[in-house]
Amino acid sequence: MEISPSGTVRSHCVGTTAVVYASDYLNKLTGEKIERECRRQLSAGCRALVIDFAETQLVNSIGISILLGIIDIAEKNNAQVVFADVNNQTVELFQMLGLTRHVVLAKDEAEALSNLTGFDSTPVIY
Amino acid sequence: MEPSTQKLIHTFGALADLGQEVASAGDFSEMVRTSMHLLLGTLALRRGAVTECYEQGDLGCVAVWGLDEGLLKQFTLRKDERSEFLNSEWSTFLVDDGRCSFLKRYGALLAKEEIELVVPMIVRDELTGFVLLGRKASGEAFSEDDFETIRAMVRHIGVGIHTHRLIEQVAQRAEENRRLYDELRAIYRDTVRAFAAAIDIKDKYTQGHSERVGRYSEIIAQEMGWSEEEVEGIQIAGYLHDVGKLVVDRNIINAPYHIDAKQSSELNRHPAAGYEILLPINHPYADIPLMAKYHHERLDGRGYPDGLVDEQIPIGAKIVCLADSFDAMTTDRPYRRRRSFEDVVRDLRQNSGTQFDPKVVVAFAGAILKEVTGQAKERRIVKMLGKGYLDGVQVPLLLEDLIAELDGRKISAVSG
Repeated sequence: MEISPSGTVRSHCVGTTAVVYASDYLNKLTGEKIERECRRQLSAGCRALVIDFAETQLVNSIGISILLGIIDIAEKNNAQVVFADVNNQTVELFQMLGLTRHVVLAKDEAEALSNLTGFDSTPVIY
Repeated sequence: MEPSTQKLIHTFGALADLGQEVASAGDFSEMVRTSMHLLLGTLALRRGAVTECYEQGDLGCVAVWGLDEGLLKQFTLRKDERSEFLNSEWSTFLVDDGRCSFLKRYGALLAKEEIELVVPMIVRDELTGFVLLGRKASGEAFSEDDFETIRAMVRHIGVGIHTHRLIEQVAQRAEENRRLYDELRAIYRDTVRAFAAAIDIKDKYTQGHSERVGRYSEIIAQEMGWSEEEVEGIQIAGYLHDVGKLVVDRNIINAPYHIDAKQSSELNRHPAAGYEILLPINHPYADIPLMAKYHHERLDGRGYPDGLVDEQIPIGAKIVCLADSFDAMTTDRPYRRRRSFEDVVRDLRQNSGTQFDPKVVVAFAGAILKEVTGQAKERRIVKMLGKGYLDGVQVPLLLEDLIAELDGRKISAVSG
């Protein structure tokens, strides 16, 4: 586990997958830190991003916009994005706004990683 | 929760945040960027930008998300296109809108960048800029509710940008006014100094006297903790304190002997005459005429022109009085050589409380002491006194004694 250069975003790598942990409230401040960390991981060669929402209670509009930005960057880098451990309320929000059309939802980090196993050679189809 | 209810809550939350953001006094670019994110996140739009329109027709990118910033630099807005937006009954435009000349030119380019909507920001009949919006992450088309939300949020952002421009204009004007005011003050100071030099030319033995009185007064006021503006004011008063001498016969001023009673009476007109000269002038500092009028008043009531006593004499006049007397004692006059520093200090001691205000004497002595002991950054008084004047004099000892005695007198006067 490492702390990102931005200071407060926890992340770690499993092969070419980066796991980035979102904080309890995903707003501008925390969202931008996550976005910077995702950019850093992608430019370091990661081919998949798992964003772990286990601690996240609430995502506001700015958080949504920033998550869409992360999806955009990932797509441009041919990387997969998985949202793990998202609470029910946030899942409903993501579904309503259409984010789930662009990412995979996983029960937790372990499920996300197992789904991505072998991604290095053969991308997993969800 | 019903999706429609959830959407309403999500939108209301964003509107509340947007209102707060637009009203905040923080960084402008940050405000626009946050506002743009709030708009994009409300409808889950994948890309967007907020641009400003300038007078010359250029467009400036204030915030951008998911787009190449360079794209917008290619765009210009023609006068007829601006008028078209201002006069249009439509508040949102699809990029392929054939009614809009601007989009006829740039619509295809915007569509290539996956922009779907162009929303002009019009505030008080002025085209502030545009908000460009990409497609929804859901892939759905914009609904009428979406358009309502977009219009409301874009209005907010437009008002924020417009307000920022107004604040910028006000700040710019305030800065211009401040600069003009500073220039005027500098011109005023230079004019006064030139005038002071002209006053001194009349008296061939006291050239530079007014300039030195101004400087000594400035130093005393600084030592007494006056504000910068008050210090500037007293300096001016020092420069102009003898302006009334312009109406006194040159032969009396330049008499190389002690003048008689009649001549003395003529010379003593100069403070009141100075007041009359200075009164009609609108000085940028307070009480300049009064400081000139009362710089020969004494605490014991034996001064002129009005025979005022202690508290009746303005503090500024007391400062100019000491500065004037000190310079008179420390410079050569037609009928005598300048006095030694020991003699000057003796005079200050003897006349404190009768001619001079002890507080002012203590401040002046303190300022000289700081210079000779190296505590002051500059040796302004020592420089004005000239080379060699203080050589061989136990200046610190003399001044410390003087200060201790006058402070003691103050204490006993309070306790008595």
